[in-house]
Amino acid sequence: MLSVQLSHSRPGFTLDVAFEAPQGITVLFGRSGSGKTTVVNAVAGLLKPDAGRVALNGRVLFDTKSGLWLPPNRRRIGYVFQEGRLFPHLTVRQNLLFGRWFAPKNTPRADIDRIVEMLGIGHLLQRRPGGLSGGEKQRVAIGRALLSSPEMILADEPLTALDEARKAEILPYFERLRDETDIPVLYVSHSAAEVAQLATTVVVLQDGKTVQQGPAAQILSDPNVMPTGVRSVGALLETRVKAHHPDGLTELDAGGIPLFLPKIAQAPGQMIRVRVAAHEVILSRQRPEGLSALNILPGTVQQIRAGDGPGAMVSLKTPAGRILARITQRSARALELTEGAECFAVVKSVAIAPSDIGGASG
Amino acid sequence: MMDWLGPEEWNAVSLSLRVSFWATLAALPPAMLIAYALARWEFPGKQLLNGLVHLPLILPPVVTGYLLLLTFGTQGPVGGLLQQMGIVLAFRWTGAALAAGIMGFPLMVRAIRLSVEAVDPKLEQAASTLGASRVWVFVSVTLPLVFPGLIAGAILAFAKAMGEFGATITFVSNIPGQTRTLPSAIYAFLQIPGGEAAATRLVLISVALAMTALLLSEALARRAAKRIRDA
Repeated sequence: MLSVQLSHSRPGFTLDVAFEAPQGITVLFGRSGSGKTTVVNAVAGLLKPDAGRVALNGRVLFDTKSGLWLPPNRRRIGYVFQEGRLFPHLTVRQNLLFGRWFAPKNTPRADIDRIVEMLGIGHLLQRRPGGLSGGEKQRVAIGRALLSSPEMILADEPLTALDEARKAEILPYFERLRDETDIPVLYVSHSAAEVAQLATTVVVLQDGKTVQQGPAAQILSDPNVMPTGVRSVGALLETRVKAHHPDGLTELDAGGIPLFLPKIAQAPGQMIRVRVAAHEVILSRQRPEGLSALNILPGTVQQIRAGDGPGAMVSLKTPAGRILARITQRSARALELTEGAECFAVVKSVAIAPSDIGGASG
Repeated sequence: MMDWLGPEEWNAVSLSLRVSFWATLAALPPAMLIAYALARWEFPGKQLLNGLVHLPLILPPVVTGYLLLLTFGTQGPVGGLLQQMGIVLAFRWTGAALAAGIMGFPLMVRAIRLSVEAVDPKLEQAASTLGASRVWVFVSVTLPLVFPGLIAGAILAFAKAMGEFGATITFVSNIPGQTRTLPSAIYAFLQIPGGEAAATRLVLISVALAMTALLLSEALARRAAKRIRDA
């Protein structure tokens, strides 16, 4: 458990945050310029904030009241940077082992073979970072941080420098990090898709302040706190893979409701999380028939919130979980939607984008 | 090589090599320190230090030599102190090494400073988050990355030392076997009738050494630049 309380002023910007990062992946979520990197750098000891206190598993890393300040090398925090920062003069193997020289001798040593296997970098060990692809570099950087036997991992937008294909290549390794190790991770991101896939806990940062924190599903479906615009609002559904059909579709079971989406890799029986973006949901008062969309969820309207423009956000309670639909206020009136009204949410199967699919956290 | 060089010429070549070797070796640690300080630290008097380091590059060498004589001569403030400790620099080969080291120092500092500036401080931050203390960060990350620049600077300074004339002859004179380095010997041979042949041989050696050093230094600098670019 990491507990953070910080305040820091720069000309034109004030940071004032307090949050806790328990086991699993805590995503520090916010627009660029919201102060996310400042927070992780202060936790790592690369930046000295004006005031505050940071403690990791009860061990105080710094406290301005008592004047305590541990330098970065004594914090035992592994840092995965945006740009990898591998040492160009060392081989991949030497990069991986770098932190091990400095880890206290009495701590249990991270097993290099297991981590190399987990990250799939065995074939790279003798190479130098100069010849690696962006995705390979980032995997090595994750391994290097893990092998320094850290008590916590920080990751500052580790996927930003990568293209979509490379992002999809790295994300599963963070999931494995979350599911296969007991090292808590503080992960900085401005991508709702990454939050949906990775987060156990979300801390939302806005203009240097923590505006909300809590479990991922709760935060992601709250249109008030989503800092990156209405298009990133969406509901998270916990589902179980039911079957793979011969026509290339996978059937999921979401609280008894079948959901179809293009075939995914997970085996039947596995729990996965899907994200349904609010702007991809259509509402209907009657059960629609003769419609090409495959996924229809019955529900009752819990809340309708008009936006500043012509739009409105409708929150539905369905057997699959909470669903959010972004429709126009005109439609809401035409459908006579009120709180408690019965209606059906229609989701095109393709609207559940593969990059939004992640293994449910355990 | 011994066949076509007379003993006096051979003496000059070997003395020059010895003087340049020690001059370079002794200059490396302070050059590294000053180059690092100029590249990384902000401190009062930084520009003054920078100017001071570059002074030998700009001053007429005879002025540098004379200032050395004033400072390190047996009557000088530092020279007198050293003499009490039994160390005499004036008119000795060690003095020639000091003069050569001072003259090559700016070149060495410039080369090292450039390569320190090319080292990304973010790599050093990464090393510190992996548990390396400041000293270890320097030893395991900064120094290896600076190394090609260090070698390039050392080669340049060595070449400069091999050719140093003005400051050397002013500070330690031109004593055969003691302070008559390659350039001093060429100068001396040109002053005596029939010395041209010997002078020409030494000139050829000078040119060859200087070219080799320059090419080597360029190659290392290119390699260093490539390695950092690839990172």
